[in-house]
Amino acid sequence: MTTDLKGQELMVYESRIKVPYTWSVGEVGSRFLTELKENKKIWGTKCPICEAVFVPPKKTCTYCFVTCHEWVELKDEGVLQTYTVVRYDTTLIPGKKPQIIGIVLLDGADTGITHLIGGVSPDQVKVGMRLKAVFNDKRAGHILDIKHFKPI
Amino acid sequence: MGKKRTAIVATGQTHHRSSRLDVNGIELINEAVTRCLEDGDLTIEDIDAVVIGNMDHFEGINYVDMWSIDGSGGFMKPTFKLTTGGTTGSTVGQSGFYLTSSGLFDKVLCIGWEKNSESDTTAAITTAFDPIWDRLVFAGAIGGLAVEATKYMSEYGATEEDAAYVAVRDRTHALNNPYAQLRKPITIEDVMTSPMLSDPIKLLDVCPRTDGACAVVWANEDYAEKICPRPAWFHAGSVKHPYNMLGDTDLSGLISMEMAAKEAYQKAGIKNPLKEIDVMELYLPYSCSGLSWIEALDLCERGGAPRLVRDGVTDMGGELPINPSGGVIATNCIGATALLRIAEAAIQIMDKGGDRQVPDVETALATGFGGCFWSDVTILSSKKP
Amino acid sequence: MSGIDNIAIVGVGQTTIERNKLGDTFADMVFEATQKALEDAGMTMDDIDNVITTSNDFWDGRTISTMAVNDACGAGLGKNISALEGDGTFSCFYGMTRILSGVYGTSLVVSHVKGSESENIHITNAIFDPIYMRPIGLDSLNSAAMQMRRYMSKYGVTEEQCAKVSVKNHKNALNNPYAQIKKEVSLEDVLESRLIADPLKLYDCSPVSDAAAAVIIAGGDRAKKAKKPVWVKGVGYCADAYFLGDRDLADAIALDMAASKAYEMAEITDPLEEIDVAEVYDAFSYMELMWYEGLGFCPIGAGGKLIDKGITEMDGALPVNPSGGLLSGHPVIVGGMIRLAEAVLQVRGDAGDHQVKDVNTALAHGINGACGQSHCVWIVGR
Repeated sequence: MTTDLKGQELMVYESRIKVPYTWSVGEVGSRFLTELKENKKIWGTKCPICEAVFVPPKKTCTYCFVTCHEWVELKDEGVLQTYTVVRYDTTLIPGKKPQIIGIVLLDGADTGITHLIGGVSPDQVKVGMRLKAVFNDKRAGHILDIKHFKPI
Repeated sequence: MGKKRTAIVATGQTHHRSSRLDVNGIELINEAVTRCLEDGDLTIEDIDAVVIGNMDHFEGINYVDMWSIDGSGGFMKPTFKLTTGGTTGSTVGQSGFYLTSSGLFDKVLCIGWEKNSESDTTAAITTAFDPIWDRLVFAGAIGGLAVEATKYMSEYGATEEDAAYVAVRDRTHALNNPYAQLRKPITIEDVMTSPMLSDPIKLLDVCPRTDGACAVVWANEDYAEKICPRPAWFHAGSVKHPYNMLGDTDLSGLISMEMAAKEAYQKAGIKNPLKEIDVMELYLPYSCSGLSWIEALDLCERGGAPRLVRDGVTDMGGELPINPSGGVIATNCIGATALLRIAEAAIQIMDKGGDRQVPDVETALATGFGGCFWSDVTILSSKKP
Repeated sequence: MSGIDNIAIVGVGQTTIERNKLGDTFADMVFEATQKALEDAGMTMDDIDNVITTSNDFWDGRTISTMAVNDACGAGLGKNISALEGDGTFSCFYGMTRILSGVYGTSLVVSHVKGSESENIHITNAIFDPIYMRPIGLDSLNSAAMQMRRYMSKYGVTEEQCAKVSVKNHKNALNNPYAQIKKEVSLEDVLESRLIADPLKLYDCSPVSDAAAAVIIAGGDRAKKAKKPVWVKGVGYCADAYFLGDRDLADAIALDMAASKAYEMAEITDPLEEIDVAEVYDAFSYMELMWYEGLGFCPIGAGGKLIDKGITEMDGALPVNPSGGLLSGHPVIVGGMIRLAEAVLQVRGDAGDHQVKDVNTALAHGINGACGQSHCVWIVGR
């Protein structure tokens, strides 16, 4: 028996995947986050070969593929390399629309850190402007212990 | 160009544990890669391409090949990801053969890894199954295997105790493997009295969840013997993933394994596997699979496996040792597991097995298992093909 | 010295690209594309020696996403199979090496996605590192926006030059029966379109779409005997660093490397001269300009000037994206495979209303990862 499917109502099944995660930060990342939490300090690691200073710190240099044993304390100030002002609704970015996300090259670092830009109105943000990290009073050992970077 | 003979020339793996909090996934991968390069006295500069695999929803990372560049050494190298569920490690492992045999790359790094501690394994595995037809009734990996075990036992009169022999064998072998996760001896009685999970599968019948990584380097014949005095040459591989819905599977035996083995034996010119193969590293996620699936591998007639196992044929010192590494029942970092079987088979050929070395290994066979009762077979040999 | 002898693409198939293919499952789409490719090649499944699927577990909402489709393309027939997660250009590369190894004479490579079934922001947020980047809320849109601004500020490329890509590709799409969006836009339309994430505007962005595609590759005699073989001259792929801050987002160094390898194999020294048409991965308008540079069509930083000169228009010296590209319909994962299929159609003279004249050599390009972290470049020809 054959059935003509024309005019068949097309159904949709709505659902979600619920898989909870506990991601291991690892020793290196844990030290970085602990320093944010306890001392409001930003640390990076340095490659023994190319001398690149990575923030957030890495165990292995991306470029040389060797272990970065040396830790370097960085200033919490740097330069805005690029940014965007997010105009669409998203529950994933902290803060109220429009949120500003940017990449900040801290003084002494060779790689930029991606984070929120705040304390400034969108039309005042400029590539190249100098920013400083603003820490939350209550910190948990989380990248958002830095609330955002604001212009200085 | 093309059609170059190629071999595994180096392997590396982590010391597998139930949970590695000291490293994130990228760093775990890096451990295995670094050890593998050391094993071959190679640097990352020697590597022409990288292939990596894991099961996405176990770690919740999208585009793992991109994320793990710092760990895999893939910076400014050709890098891609393969993923096929539990068989990931064997499809990743075999890709190294194809990429080097093609002649486009001379040395390829293949990586499998998993950090099962980071997620709820059952919740993640459940997402593998069709959301409309299978997912709501899927009872985790164990459910399907329990059905298979029940069918096998009722059809051939095998017992839970027969199956327990497999678990005890693999766990005993693991005592010789410094990398294995579970290294405490167990007895038949321990298995039989362990808590029931899904009748007839009990806790000690089944594999653990593991954080671990494995890496191998394939090199084609222009380089293989310069890197390794006794390379493990690729002779045959097959990857049979014929089922997608649970209801389609034929559980009268592991059909995909029969298909995969038949093809691999034919390609490698093997007519009597029990005699012609010197060691096997099999993806046996639970004890009863060590009975029915070795029949699918044509080691004996259907229903004959309990006798083979009880007679010690598959023990160290037996005619065909199975899982000198301790296998999956001792360690299961899923994305790495099937690659570990290939790596361990290679280790046996390379004569680097230490306390778990089987004497005089010329030909080794490794299997992968996963997905919807899928099977992969890889045959390696010390002889150049 | 070419590393590739006697490898051809002998069949291609695509479904139409749509916003929502409500009546199709993943398997339906892959089956359709596979059937079309087989018909195009004049082959049956008996002629297919092995199969590779291409899909993404997050977009599909299934781990082991290959499971949803592998019986739609040959796994159920007992063929050896593999599954790549990433863009179709990469899986086609793998399919090609499986033939070069001598084990198989043909490879069928398929890809699929249904962007309509999930929320793009959540899926692409999962691309980003869970500890350092996901909590910031990064996704494919805001990361691309940062890349666009970095590119513009480093090289003085303007929003208007980027917008020209959108105008060109939307116009080209009118002639492509598979394209999702067949609507012309003017420069003003693009520049005045709604801001998504500064400086990205609506018409700078591609939509999120559903589609599937299939490619059949053959080697040696199987290639020579094919109905309409299009020969593979060169292929290369390469991945950049992962963390956005580890890269200079304005410079596609991985594309440069991938293209160099492909050009070396294909013995191409002057791409602008020697390539007759290119299909590149225009997920966003500015990306096409960046890819001109990485592909060596113009000096670094001069992508905007190239489009200003009209070189990449349909009537220019090197038309880019005659199909309308991804700005007119963007199925992730499938996107690069469609570029390759389109390049093949161009070489064969089968591109219908969007055919470029006198095509001997065509280029196809795919990307993988955030902000074009990884690239794959194909050169195909007569």
